[in-house]
Amino acid sequence: MIALPLAASHEVGTKAQIVAVIVAGIFLGVVLELVRRRRLVERYALLWMLAAVAMLVLAVWRDGLKTLANAVGVHSPPNALFLVALGVVFILLLHFSIATSRLSEETKILAQEVARLDAEAKAAREASTNGGPAAEEAVGGEGGVSGSGSPGPEQPEHQGPIRT
Amino acid sequence: MAPNGSHLRKLAIVPAYNEQGMVGRVVREIERQAPGFDVVVIDDGSTDHTAAEAEANGAIVLRHPFNTGIGGAMQSGFKYALRHGYDVAAQVDGDGQHKPAYLPDLLGKLHTSGDEADMVCGSRFRGDPGYKVPVGRRVGNLIFSVVLTVICRQRISDPTSGFRMTNRRGIELFARDYPHDYPEVEAILMLHAHRLRIHEVPVRMNARGFGRSSIDYPRSAYYMAKVLLALFVGLFRRRPTPVEATGEGELVEPPAHDAATSGGSAG
Repeated sequence: MIALPLAASHEVGTKAQIVAVIVAGIFLGVVLELVRRRRLVERYALLWMLAAVAMLVLAVWRDGLKTLANAVGVHSPPNALFLVALGVVFILLLHFSIATSRLSEETKILAQEVARLDAEAKAAREASTNGGPAAEEAVGGEGGVSGSGSPGPEQPEHQGPIRT
Repeated sequence: MAPNGSHLRKLAIVPAYNEQGMVGRVVREIERQAPGFDVVVIDDGSTDHTAAEAEANGAIVLRHPFNTGIGGAMQSGFKYALRHGYDVAAQVDGDGQHKPAYLPDLLGKLHTSGDEADMVCGSRFRGDPGYKVPVGRRVGNLIFSVVLTVICRQRISDPTSGFRMTNRRGIELFARDYPHDYPEVEAILMLHAHRLRIHEVPVRMNARGFGRSSIDYPRSAYYMAKVLLALFVGLFRRRPTPVEATGEGELVEPPAHDAATSGGSAG
């Protein structure tokens, strides 16, 4: 970010280079620490580390930035840097959108599976406690009557799981 | 060789993803070669008839509603082993690469009561691997082998081998925490960090059942980078297992015999 005003006169200044190196280094450290604390899975850590390393390389290697600018067809190297960085961020964002979509799909499947299992477990419980298909309602849990004996108080309590 | 261990409850965990046509054979082979083992197949979101085939051959099947990767599948198996009170859990891949005939060898090295090993790994590189291991895999394996041998201060010759057996302590550890993808190498580091002892036993393996190797060329770069990063970061973890994310209390509860019979008394 500091690169811009400096570069207006020359190219990327030495000061900006130093700042960029420090920022990239800190960023790299933060990513590693996040992985260590298990807040970040290795897969995404690698993505961010790749970005940090690219930043580091471009900060140190000036000719690289110039080559990059020529390749993209932009006059000022800093602008080329912004262009490429923006492109990378776009790709990353798209990648995360895809990942989020997959996650929400999987969550939906999980919810459906849990609901099905819950219903089946309930049916199995009823079948085993009542010894037959006589009772349609769930056995109220409060009485704690585990025997099959007499039909208890007639309270059709639906005390299923919390519904959201 | 292994008259001990007859009193133990033993489980073979078979992770399988679209292994129709092979998984049934694996299940039957385990029953034939290692009759003391119960078999649980983790169908990791297969789209073919893997689950049905495993069930037809007498295995217990845990069906994942979608694919979670080999790490997720194995952890399901370890959780099952913990919950049902197994003393020994072995991994036998559903693609037929591991030969169940070696299960007694692994068990022999695993003295669950004594002070021998907590995990026994079947190694292809302590003898004849049994098939021609591709060069790429050999090189990758060698790199991990060197790194782990230095870290663990003992020879780890085949860290990418999934053919393993662990005791109760390993089961408890892995039920709580198991790496996501390509977990084999990291699992060894975890064991080492928890001061659990590792042994190796020479085994032969088959080339993969079908051509579909799980690691093709572009993925192998990710494999290397991911595992090396995990190993590096793992070195700096003081407490390798996250405590907050365990749900332990729920897991170590003994198998609920009475729940089925006494019905709604729990409320």
